[in-house]
Amino acid sequence: MSEFVYTAVVSILQLLVVLLLAPLATGIIRKTKARLQNRRGASVVQPYYDLTKLFKKEVVLPSTASWIFRFTPYIVFGSTLAIALLVPTIATPVPFHWIGDIITVIYLFAVGRFFVALAGLDTGTAFGGLGSSREMSLASIIEPAMMLAVFTVAVTAGSTDLSIIVSRLSFTPVSIIHPSHLLAFVGLFIVTIAETGRIPVDNPATHLELTMIHEAMILEYSGRYLACIEWASQMKLFVFMALIANMFMPLGIATSFSFVALAIGLGAFIVKVSILAILVALVESSNAKLRLFRVPELLMVAFVLSLLALILYFIIGS
Amino acid sequence: MLDLPSLQFMAFHLLVGGYVLAILIAPLRDRKPFSRTNTSEGNTSQQSFLFVRYFGFGAALLASLSGLFLSMSVLTTGSALHLDLQQTLPFGSLSINVDPLAAFFLGVISLLGAVVSVYSFGYSGEYAGRKNLSLLVVLYNLFLLSMSIVVIAGNAVLFLIVWELMSLTTFFLINYEHEQRASRKAAILYIVMTHIGTAFLIVMFLLLAGTAHSFDFQSFRNSSAQLPSSIKTLIFFCALIGFGIKSGVVPFHIWLPEAHPAAPSNVSALMSGVMIKTGIYGMVRVYFDFLAPGPAWWGIVVLAVAVASAVLGVLYALMEHDLKRLLAFHSIENIGIILMGVGAAMIFMSYGNMPLATVALIAGLYHVLNHAMFKGLLFLGAGSVVSATHTRNIEELGGLVKKLPWTSAFFLIGALAISALPPLNGFVSEWLTFQALLLGFNISDLSVRVAIPIAVALLALTGALAAACFVKAFGITFLGLPRSSHAEHAHEPPRSMLVPMGVLAFACILLGVFPGSMISILTPVTTFLLGGSASALEVLNLGSLTIPQSGAGGVSPLTLVIFLVALTVLPLVLGLLLGGKLQKRAAMVWACGLEKVEPRMQYTATGFSKPIRMIFSNIFHATHEIEISEAASPFFKQQLRYELETESVFEKYFYEPMRSGVVAAAKFIRRIQTGHLQSYLLYMFIALILLLMFAR
Repeated sequence: MSEFVYTAVVSILQLLVVLLLAPLATGIIRKTKARLQNRRGASVVQPYYDLTKLFKKEVVLPSTASWIFRFTPYIVFGSTLAIALLVPTIATPVPFHWIGDIITVIYLFAVGRFFVALAGLDTGTAFGGLGSSREMSLASIIEPAMMLAVFTVAVTAGSTDLSIIVSRLSFTPVSIIHPSHLLAFVGLFIVTIAETGRIPVDNPATHLELTMIHEAMILEYSGRYLACIEWASQMKLFVFMALIANMFMPLGIATSFSFVALAIGLGAFIVKVSILAILVALVESSNAKLRLFRVPELLMVAFVLSLLALILYFIIGS
Repeated sequence: MLDLPSLQFMAFHLLVGGYVLAILIAPLRDRKPFSRTNTSEGNTSQQSFLFVRYFGFGAALLASLSGLFLSMSVLTTGSALHLDLQQTLPFGSLSINVDPLAAFFLGVISLLGAVVSVYSFGYSGEYAGRKNLSLLVVLYNLFLLSMSIVVIAGNAVLFLIVWELMSLTTFFLINYEHEQRASRKAAILYIVMTHIGTAFLIVMFLLLAGTAHSFDFQSFRNSSAQLPSSIKTLIFFCALIGFGIKSGVVPFHIWLPEAHPAAPSNVSALMSGVMIKTGIYGMVRVYFDFLAPGPAWWGIVVLAVAVASAVLGVLYALMEHDLKRLLAFHSIENIGIILMGVGAAMIFMSYGNMPLATVALIAGLYHVLNHAMFKGLLFLGAGSVVSATHTRNIEELGGLVKKLPWTSAFFLIGALAISALPPLNGFVSEWLTFQALLLGFNISDLSVRVAIPIAVALLALTGALAAACFVKAFGITFLGLPRSSHAEHAHEPPRSMLVPMGVLAFACILLGVFPGSMISILTPVTTFLLGGSASALEVLNLGSLTIPQSGAGGVSPLTLVIFLVALTVLPLVLGLLLGGKLQKRAAMVWACGLEKVEPRMQYTATGFSKPIRMIFSNIFHATHEIEISEAASPFFKQQLRYELETESVFEKYFYEPMRSGVVAAAKFIRRIQTGHLQSYLLYMFIALILLLMFAR
């Protein structure tokens, strides 16, 4: 019985944390950026208002679009939330960790991306195709870079299971200061910036055709569909930060099922994610958006760093 | 009376009999069965056309179903079928031996064969009154027959005979639409390449037979321990080249993207889905059955070939806008992924780590099955598109999702599967391959430890590029607005073509969601090849896969599907709670200030792959040419011509020098062909003297 309670409580907590805190992280990033630009900026809870508003608005469908366009928002939302079940946030091991390991997580991200890219082509406009083409091309370097960075940590922990990785590392925090880990961390951070469409790779606040990537694909979305997609991207950013936070700094995460441990875990997690959010905002404010064809070079850096990390670990060991 | 051996015996005879019957009977209804074109009405009446069509492909269906039965009976009961067909001198008994490895490949061939035969009922309507159908039926059945016998032959001579038969029937099938120059060129290229491969195979079998003093596979197995290691290495390379050419690995792949699109689509599905797997079968047979265990560097060589095939295959696929050529390049990629599993298994086997080798081999073999399913599906889908629109150029397609709703749904499933997206079958085998490679951490040898991470990196790259390629293939072909009148007036194909696609799509889902039960069918194969050691792969309840050796990394596709569905419903509920019923309104998208959106405004396939062409410019060496003709003012362009060419590195730097070398050598040798009788007599005399001196 207690196992059932544990499963239910932690899973629901897990989902709620990701669902409810993801817009907050985006809010923190926006607020920090505004402050760095000497603006007051909107409140950190503004993303919640935006989502609620979008959920209430009607949907305008492009007359050229097919069922792919209508299904995509739900698929993206569902697949991102499924990842939220597999990535440890406040407690480890997550109850459903046996459903899928880190490879599954990466490929679930790919599912969402695949459908959004198709939806971009489905509208029959030039912008949609432009966004899909750029997104899939950049993803073809981002995805392997991410895999290698994560595999480096996985090999260190001796498992591809995220919960086991986080648990093992939280018991032996010294192993985190391994040269290959540092390389993998830098790789994964670049991947996070790129994959969630932040400056210098993409700019979530622009709709300029020369630069936009992600926004171009979802240009024709509106109302509730847009809400689903926006929320899913916020959750994606949040999950990425959770991955970095718990794989490289697994301090404070709850390893036992008690109210106190979970509370500490939640507190530590919020602190870690806030720090990462501010870090992302700093990177965004201190860099200029790269030209599109300069971006692959940056991504290649991440790819090579991650590959070096993995080879280094294979050769010199622990 | 009906015990297992006699049932298997019957199944084997039905398998052979079905194909042979179709080969013999189908042409009888025609007055000129083997004429290449058959357009005059007097020759083929409507009735005999229908007879040929239903009898020919019906017999193939029956035969392949009994092949499937035979394979399943061997895999589930573990009792192999052995038959001696004909005692010959000096080659020994031409025997059939359906052991678990053979049974697995026979099963894959028969499964896809059965589905494609049903598809052919509808598809061959395409050729009514235009081509000679009995010729297609005969070749089609011969092709399936020879492929089936290739994998179950138990004797090198029989193997080579059917191997050659398979190559020749494929040659004629590629040439079936011989009016097109491209088909004829492709067929010639194929026949040259495949014969180079056969030459290597003959050398390989002679080397094996030299020690074994017999052409029987059983004696190869028994005598391999006596082979000196230099001969073993020679055999390894002969098999790699001989079988590699058939399976289309880089750098022997050049025939594949030419040949597969040229053949009729039902045949391309079989060629890409199963024929190239006979090469994989051959490698597994030689490396794991005859020569095992080889040194670790063999595995590394196979891994290197595999990685090159996977990455280059998908990169070249991205540059294609011919739908069938694109799929053909993806076959090269997937052969690479299969060989990664095989190569990793060879490495583990050489270190005697059988549990790890089992995981790796299962990864490879499971991908053989999965690739047959989704590539078969994709080629059948492409066939439907081609027969509905009469073009293979995706730049002329678009918007088919509304015209061909079923075809596009099935094609989408195939596209998701080949992009290794969960929860479909491609994901499971790619997951297994990743796990198998990561297990390489357990091997302490330095070269392995460098090779494995690089293979992992490039496999990851391959997967991501494949997804990009299929967004392009599906998006440009099926989504958006139709780019030509071909696409605008397309219609859904008949049901006999849709049902087979549905079956394959269902198989892709089934193999993805319930991998556990499907993988257990592979256990006899790995036990047969690697011994009965416990596998490092555990199949738990709910069909979840776990690898204890890698710290219990696991995946449970079934549960994943349940959660995916449940969580996809969540936003629907949330939306209802927050905003009530969904209000929808259709509107025109912004047309850049013009009156309405035109198909020409859409991205093209070439445009879609432009960023990738730039990122990997070192590989493609793309050159383009733009020609703009202007009317009165430079602001109003009259015509714009854009030509793009990517360089095929292998053809330019490997095959072209080789070809010119061969031609130069032939020109040189031609000098002795004087045309004078006396000089030929002299040659004969010299040859005789030499023979008497040295060959006593």
